[in-house]
Amino acid sequence: MKIYLDNAATTKVDEEVINAMIPYFKEKYANASSQHLEGSEAKQILEKSRKIIANALNSKPEEIYFTSGGTESNNWALKGLFEKNYPNKNHIITTKIEHDATLQTCKYLEKKGAKISYLNVDSEGFINLKELEEAITPKTFLVSIMHANNEIGTVQDLESIGKICKDKKIIFHSDAAQSFTKEKLDVKKQNLDLVSINSHKINGPKGVGALYIRSSIEIEPLIHGGGHEKGKRSGTENIPGIVGFAKAIEIIKEKDLRKMKELRNKLIEEILIKIPNTKLNGSKERRLVNNANISFKDVEGEAIGGYLENKGIFVSTGSACMSNTLKASHVLKSIGLTDLEQNSSIRFSLSKYTTEKEIEKVLEVLPEIIKKLRRLSPLVK
Amino acid sequence: MALEYSKKVLKEFLQPKNFGEMKGAHGTGEVGSPACGDIMQMQIKVERDKIKEIKFKTFGCAAAIASTSIITQMVKGKDLNYAKNLTMKEVAEKLKGLPQIKMHCSSMGIQTLRKAIKDYEEKLQKRTEKKN
Repeated sequence: MKIYLDNAATTKVDEEVINAMIPYFKEKYANASSQHLEGSEAKQILEKSRKIIANALNSKPEEIYFTSGGTESNNWALKGLFEKNYPNKNHIITTKIEHDATLQTCKYLEKKGAKISYLNVDSEGFINLKELEEAITPKTFLVSIMHANNEIGTVQDLESIGKICKDKKIIFHSDAAQSFTKEKLDVKKQNLDLVSINSHKINGPKGVGALYIRSSIEIEPLIHGGGHEKGKRSGTENIPGIVGFAKAIEIIKEKDLRKMKELRNKLIEEILIKIPNTKLNGSKERRLVNNANISFKDVEGEAIGGYLENKGIFVSTGSACMSNTLKASHVLKSIGLTDLEQNSSIRFSLSKYTTEKEIEKVLEVLPEIIKKLRRLSPLVK
Repeated sequence: MALEYSKKVLKEFLQPKNFGEMKGAHGTGEVGSPACGDIMQMQIKVERDKIKEIKFKTFGCAAAIASTSIITQMVKGKDLNYAKNLTMKEVAEKLKGLPQIKMHCSSMGIQTLRKAIKDYEEKLQKRTEKKN
């Protein structure tokens, strides 16, 4: 039995999504820019899909621009706005716990003359709104703060951040790659100017995402070419991908979210009860419905992951040894975990396919694994 | 696991040999720190310049656990001289290869062993000095 609990990394594509995509590979493969009938059919489905995505964000369809995914959307938002605003304004405010797609883009922009403020977060991963306000300078043109964190699942209060940005007339971008369709996203209510979203975290295909850009916002394109997406994002539209993306949104059910949350709670609660010296990372209340990130004292994360894998259970670690770069997690560090705790963490991320039986299997094998690894640990005397 | 481990590494990782602690060890070595992510400990008992008993404990990834497990098996019953001269390459070969990025795990294991032997030799030296 394979138990896949790494859905924050990526998800299985839903059968309905695959079926919706197939005709756009096999029969309706025309280029949406072509003037013939086949082309105009492609254009129609493109615009229909755009509407579905706009609906999910409460935006206008013409404010949705298709991209290759979350990383491109974040790159475009930051670089495109920097180019439009620099050298007049050069200051960006972000957080220490953003995804690398944002952080590495910020590092790049620093070399180009940008000044970046990286906001701290508290022990649960929340930014401090006062610190945000204080960071704003006359040179600030952008606040970029992720909606939900990919490692610890903490969901920021976008509405309050949006209010501050609106008052100070600063552009507000949010990376919603993890939260899209799982948490409430309303660009009007939350005063969002740009939002990065993607398809493969919601049982849609990989290689497709979008950037919502409020119609009043001026931005330079990242990708130049044939003038697709109103000249803002060139490249032949990925129609099958876009159709799949829209279908993935259409089939999301409230009950799936509820089920994920219930199973997530069961997983967290029982691990904390059954296994001594364990600790939940992130917020208990305001966390993504499918995320559980737990530190197991004195045991190394990759070792836990390896033992789980041996039982057919696939998870992710924030540990130093897991990633091929041997780099510790900047997120776990930012919420104040010690070096040891950072190296002792496991992220379980659920999907709508996760069953109670699977969670019970994890709860059955995990205590034994931790017991064995603690017997192996020189930290346990 | 993200990295491609040999079957031998996985076996030593999942079913390590000689792990735990011993009472009355003649020498103990510990290497590593929480910051670098791996901590290894080895204890030995020596008789007639041979490693009679050896135990290890490791906080670390699959490669770290497998390296320490295989090292203890390679040196158990062997001369101290052999143990001291064990190389990273020999350990990696015995494990049927280690990913390049994990080679430091075998190196750390060897350092831990050498530290345990050094600890034994220093204690022996002190005892000899006392006698004289």
